[in-house]
Amino acid sequence: MASKGELILEVRDLVKHFPLTQGIVVKRQIGSIKAVDGVSFDLHRGETLGIVGESGCGKSTLAKLLMALETPTSGSVRVAGKDLATAKGADLKRIRRNIQMVMQDPYTSLNPRMTVGDIVGEPFEIHAEVAPKGDRRKKVQDLLEVVGLNPDHINRYPHQFSGGQRQRIGIARGLALQPEIIVCDEPVSALDVSIQAQVINLLERLQDEFGLAYIFIAHDLSVVRHISDRVAVMYLGKVVEIGKDTEIYDRPSHPYTQALLSAVPVPDPEGRESRERIILQGDPPSPANPPSGCRFRTRCWKAQEICAQEEPLLQIRPGVGHPSACHFAEAHDVVHATG
Amino acid sequence: MSNSTITASPPKHAKSGKGKKPASLWSDAWYDLRHSKVFLFGAALALLLVIVAAFPSLFSPLDAFDKSTCDLARARDGLDATHWFGSDNLGCDTYSRVIYGARVSIIVGIVATLVTSLVGGFLGLLAGFYGRWTDVLLSRVAEIFFAIPSILGALLILAVVGRDNAGIGSVVLALSVLAWPLVLRIMRAAVITTKSQDFVLAARALGAGPIRIMIRHILPNALAPVIVVTTMNLGVFIAAEAGLSFLGVGIQSPDISWGLMIADARNRFLEAPAPLLFPALFLSITVLAFVMLGDAVRDALDPKLR
Repeated sequence: MASKGELILEVRDLVKHFPLTQGIVVKRQIGSIKAVDGVSFDLHRGETLGIVGESGCGKSTLAKLLMALETPTSGSVRVAGKDLATAKGADLKRIRRNIQMVMQDPYTSLNPRMTVGDIVGEPFEIHAEVAPKGDRRKKVQDLLEVVGLNPDHINRYPHQFSGGQRQRIGIARGLALQPEIIVCDEPVSALDVSIQAQVINLLERLQDEFGLAYIFIAHDLSVVRHISDRVAVMYLGKVVEIGKDTEIYDRPSHPYTQALLSAVPVPDPEGRESRERIILQGDPPSPANPPSGCRFRTRCWKAQEICAQEEPLLQIRPGVGHPSACHFAEAHDVVHATG
Repeated sequence: MSNSTITASPPKHAKSGKGKKPASLWSDAWYDLRHSKVFLFGAALALLLVIVAAFPSLFSPLDAFDKSTCDLARARDGLDATHWFGSDNLGCDTYSRVIYGARVSIIVGIVATLVTSLVGGFLGLLAGFYGRWTDVLLSRVAEIFFAIPSILGALLILAVVGRDNAGIGSVVLALSVLAWPLVLRIMRAAVITTKSQDFVLAARALGAGPIRIMIRHILPNALAPVIVVTTMNLGVFIAAEAGLSFLGVGIQSPDISWGLMIADARNRFLEAPAPLLFPALFLSITVLAFVMLGDAVRDALDPKLR
């Protein structure tokens, strides 16, 4: 489907460093956690960008930066041309209408003391100009219907619903302001596999219906592949490889992507025997003190002298059709490889 | 109900019972309370005491403030049919004085609780929500008050403030000044826990302002521990008022207070125990009623503290 619509989200050199301080009265900064360290990507209307990476690679911090819940250390997030990072007050509020979020845990992301109607209707109360007061209840009921919930349940409380239904409530809240972009921060990882499929299908249906663009953050590679048009792979605060889903999954060029893909469970026991497994050594280094040069070099089997000295930029490499941040990038199909 | 929509799942309930309605924390708590003997007993007792405090003339044929009902000839007489609890040093009827003395206890308890909860709760909300220097400032000020030994502090405040205008107002002031930091701490802790929850983040992502986040999202979810402390404080303040009046710095004669009555009767206790024992008994029952109420509310709202 990825016919390129207009550019609606432009992220440039986004950096978020959390200061590490020491001392009780006088706080001295002794270092910083480089949670997100120079991330750039574009998002077009109606497109889904999947973001994958292991725990602690900065996915959720990136989501918070996109939602202006954290202020970036540097860099910019442009939503339909307006910079979210520097906007304040009424400007920021207006930009927020265009970018909304679906959170990870449906059990904690809904206020237990508010009815479903109040939760889904809250966006209208905050942005009173979107819907006149009299229409709000009707609008909330429409939204509930759109996400497949019974509109008569408007007066129920979140605990009266199951996890999948709660996530639908969260999605309805995200849709209320008719945003063009929805940031989904692991929207299905807290749900049962059967419910995951329902919610993913709902997200896809809503995308077609409303022309939404998604930033889909997850660590489940098969889910990401299913829903994404393009995929970005993150490692230690940086994007190491970005490209169309087929490029990433069939011709991964960065060693980290290859290792990640080789860890995807294969349902077929026969194929499981014969396929290639790349087992990485050690743990990811601390984001407070990342390795020099290439951040992946401490765990990479291809690492050479140059990897420690020179940081590989995210650019199109010879023999690889999409940007990859590796000096020795080489397309290699891991998923379908045999023998 | 159409087939295409998904109906709500059957409710989960903490204590599974038959045919019970789906419940939130408050209705769960209310269910627990209605089925708690401790609560029902405490609530009945507390209600009775409030009625006694509001309409003492319904319970006592004599007006305790009317000095003409006192008869020095009957001083320290024992119990009889017209003077159920005997008479005190001045020959006044102990029963009517005990009944009329409930008012001071209840008023001090309720007003001091309201003041501490509102002041401590409000400042705790601000400290917990805004953090940083607001929190540092408010918490340090609270700690200064916290560090004052309570009896000594109350004596001091009453000695200064209460010298010219002794009475309920001064006692309430002394108790409130010393007790609000506790409420602040509890509120602050609850707010900090609630503040980091996902639904608060979700509200911020929608563009909700600080007032809306505090009132709609944080306060309803952080109120339970404060309500528990508030209920417990009622009993504590009533006991404290009696203590201060007993020490001679609280309520002053001609006002009637159980603590004052105990103090007046203590020198002749062996001779005439009734004028001391009956106010002491009523004081104990009142404090017990509110402590039971507090216990039951705590059990219902905050099972972790049990």
